[in-house]
Amino acid sequence: MSFVPNTPADREQMLQAIGAHSTDDLFLDVPADVRYPHLELPDPISEAEILAELESLNAHNVDASTYACFLGAGAYRHFIPSVVGHLIGRGEFYTAYTPYQAEISQGTLQSIFEYQSMICALTGMDVANASHYDGATALAEAAIMAHNATRGRSKVIVSPAVHPEYRQVLRTYTQGLDFAIVGDGDVTRGWGDLLKMIDRDTACVIAQNPDFFGRIHDLRPVADAAHAAGALFIVSVNPISLGLLKPPGEYGADIVTGEGQSLGWPLDFGGPYLGIFACREQYVRRMPGRLVGQTVDNRGQRGFVLTLQTREQHIRREKATSNICTNEGLVALAACVYLAAMGKNGLRKVAELCYHKAHYAATEIAAIPGYSLPYGSSPFFNEFVVHCPVAPDRVNDALRRQKIIGGYALGRAYPQLKDCLLFCVTEMNSRYQIERLTAALRDAAA
Amino acid sequence: MTEPLIYEMGSPGRTAASLPALDVPESSLPQDMLRGDLPLPEVSEVEVVRHFTRLSQMNHAVDTGFYPLGSCTMKYNPKVNDRAVNLPGFANLHPYQDEMTVQGALLLMYELQQFLGEISGLPAVSLQPAAGAHGEFTGMLIIRAYHLSRGDKKRTRVIIPDSAHGTNPATSAMGGYEVVEVKSDARGNVDLAALRALADDTTVGIMLTNPNTLGLFDEHVREVCQIIHDCGGLVYGDGANLNAIMGIVRPGDLGFDVLHMNLHKTFSVPHGGGGPGSGPVCVSKALADFLPDPVVGRTIEGFYTWVRPTKTIGRVKSFHGQFAAMVRAYVYIRMLGAAGLREAAENAVLNANYLMAHLKDVYDLPYDRTCKHEFVLSGSRQTAYGVRTLDIAKRLIDFGIHPPTVYFPLIVPEALMIEPTETEPKETLDDFIAVMRQIAREAEQNPDLLHSAPHHTPVGRLDEVRAAREPILRWTGKGNTSSSGS
Repeated sequence: MSFVPNTPADREQMLQAIGAHSTDDLFLDVPADVRYPHLELPDPISEAEILAELESLNAHNVDASTYACFLGAGAYRHFIPSVVGHLIGRGEFYTAYTPYQAEISQGTLQSIFEYQSMICALTGMDVANASHYDGATALAEAAIMAHNATRGRSKVIVSPAVHPEYRQVLRTYTQGLDFAIVGDGDVTRGWGDLLKMIDRDTACVIAQNPDFFGRIHDLRPVADAAHAAGALFIVSVNPISLGLLKPPGEYGADIVTGEGQSLGWPLDFGGPYLGIFACREQYVRRMPGRLVGQTVDNRGQRGFVLTLQTREQHIRREKATSNICTNEGLVALAACVYLAAMGKNGLRKVAELCYHKAHYAATEIAAIPGYSLPYGSSPFFNEFVVHCPVAPDRVNDALRRQKIIGGYALGRAYPQLKDCLLFCVTEMNSRYQIERLTAALRDAAA
Repeated sequence: MTEPLIYEMGSPGRTAASLPALDVPESSLPQDMLRGDLPLPEVSEVEVVRHFTRLSQMNHAVDTGFYPLGSCTMKYNPKVNDRAVNLPGFANLHPYQDEMTVQGALLLMYELQQFLGEISGLPAVSLQPAAGAHGEFTGMLIIRAYHLSRGDKKRTRVIIPDSAHGTNPATSAMGGYEVVEVKSDARGNVDLAALRALADDTTVGIMLTNPNTLGLFDEHVREVCQIIHDCGGLVYGDGANLNAIMGIVRPGDLGFDVLHMNLHKTFSVPHGGGGPGSGPVCVSKALADFLPDPVVGRTIEGFYTWVRPTKTIGRVKSFHGQFAAMVRAYVYIRMLGAAGLREAAENAVLNANYLMAHLKDVYDLPYDRTCKHEFVLSGSRQTAYGVRTLDIAKRLIDFGIHPPTVYFPLIVPEALMIEPTETEPKETLDDFIAVMRQIAREAEQNPDLLHSAPHHTPVGRLDEVRAAREPILRWTGKGNTSSSGS
């Protein structure tokens, strides 16, 4: 099944019309000795067969719909209202492409404009783009933007409590650009140490809030220190937390990035996700990515178009602010529908449920002999670090036997935290699940 | 007829959220860290559904009509793909789960790496890049790492044909490189003499799209690769146009060293209104060790596991790439098989040549030779009547057809880049031919009809200059109403 509608008879007519004997005539410019290679691929199968095969592949996976999931670390399981899948599944949205022809793309354009508005509301920023690939790439491009906005300053100070993979992507992205990325070598280093590194060559200071360990920080002093040296302050956020917590715009951020997957998108084994990218108005012309703006049509009606395109690669080529073209349109639409459905009060309620349930779980776990909370004195949102009495991998093995997907083993990225797990609790975790978790942890320690 | 913004609907206290009651004791909130008002909409579920349904109806899409947008491969997106993606054992997998609990997903990724390596002739594959431009960037970093690993530090310039997509030069700049442009010859190929003059020991490599953005297969592609290799550079292939040649020829067999693919073009992943895409990168054996971290490996016992390539450029994205797109591409390749992939390419090329043959007498065709999956017309002839390509594009909308890519590639004035894909039946093509010929007549006889198009859309032509001069980029509650108050 190749989804080609034309029959051999149709093709015969078409070949005659163009004066060709067979489709072979259309490929004579392809070197003959390598034309029509034999491809070592499985034989074609039907729709029924591929579905059956995938269902059996599914049976080899353990997933968060049948196991209790306490794993977060940048990918979160939240409730997705039925309207989200229903609406983004409409073919008019998901089989369209970049809205170059505005008159027949108002659905996409207006929904992106609404998405941009909602992201500005959440983050406290003036401008948000149409989306980036994910939280990590958004953060990396924010650092490049800060480098350009500070006339080529090359030092980037990043907190060790920023997601380890985001810091890896930041380094990958900037390897051709002669950046010095500093500050994250030692997890025990606090903001006091990092602020001492700020100098006149510092392009930006990067924080995550809540940080990778779930802690919430008052980052106003960091913003002030960065600004005093002429550097930008970049904050990576979990958007669900902003239903409850102060937006970074209120404590001095210049650029806010984040992973938007938690806004109405499933775990999907890590992708596609949604890069949130927002900034202050003064930096809009240095921003990467697409922007939708409001205007009027020739009948005097309000309408929406792609705008400020002179920043982009298809106009500016090697002088563009980024090479990004295709982004995460459908995932941004899901976030837009999710935020519309949740609204002002719903998002706050989701954030509160996460907060209270996580605090309940943390308290219960800390009461189990052998377990402790190394960062117990810091305020946190819905993730927290647990020091385990036995090896974290053994704890997770024990949890799996109880049909629980356990925490993130912090030793993967932080050798000093090799005895610790990072747990995440959301509104999807019932009290009963939390009690099962604590019972299983108790058994694992015994 | 326009649709209000979601912010202009509903009333205070309304919501579509249905959430469980708190079943644990409350903890105290950090009062000094809490936010004040959160200005989000307050609407009911029925309002949400009607709003976004009405918005969707303002879109043209592959599911509603012909979409010959050049270089974007707007082929039909099989619905089985979506059913596959939504299987709970895929949709509810956390990326950090233990390998032993995700063997089904890893097997799929491993197999897809094998398939794409086979189709490209470049056996080492990373599925991590999120889109075509992201794949390009990954590829350029691999080439950079290759040169540096040999202690070859003087290479600073990337050669890019004048017909290239804008992402190519932008990508090179992100890699820290200088861009030098090589011109095309009269038949639309890379000009070999010009290329020879540019290629030297400062050449990083070339970024080559083949078939190129004119829809033409470069007649000297092997010589191009040879010239670059002779000066010590590598050949990067932009696989945006792979739909024309899958199963016909493997870029690896032509001399390419690196190639990105667009799963959302060639392999039937829906375009989503501007993503998510997916841009896997395939490289030769010599470059395998530089791929992003991690790739999926298979032990001799048949266990699938994450593997870190020894000289990796690092990670280009969090987690493992666009997994849902991988599932769709996997399903597509399994359903087509080798014969189906070739059949798809042959029909994509046949459909394009059929359109070209029926339109080249009424529109200028700057490069008149057999095309591949797309071809580029020029609206230059019509400018004599005061009609521009933009007007032709807008008039197509009146007939329920999405306009082609316009004003690109830059080397063709008033360009119309037309890519029908293989999934269009002959009747659709015949209809498009008739409409395009009618528009050519109208341009001559009644140009105002084109200037005022489109006539039946929810909005007419929009003032882009005003949008850029006085940017309104979000809802503020004031200044968002239109001048006529609609």
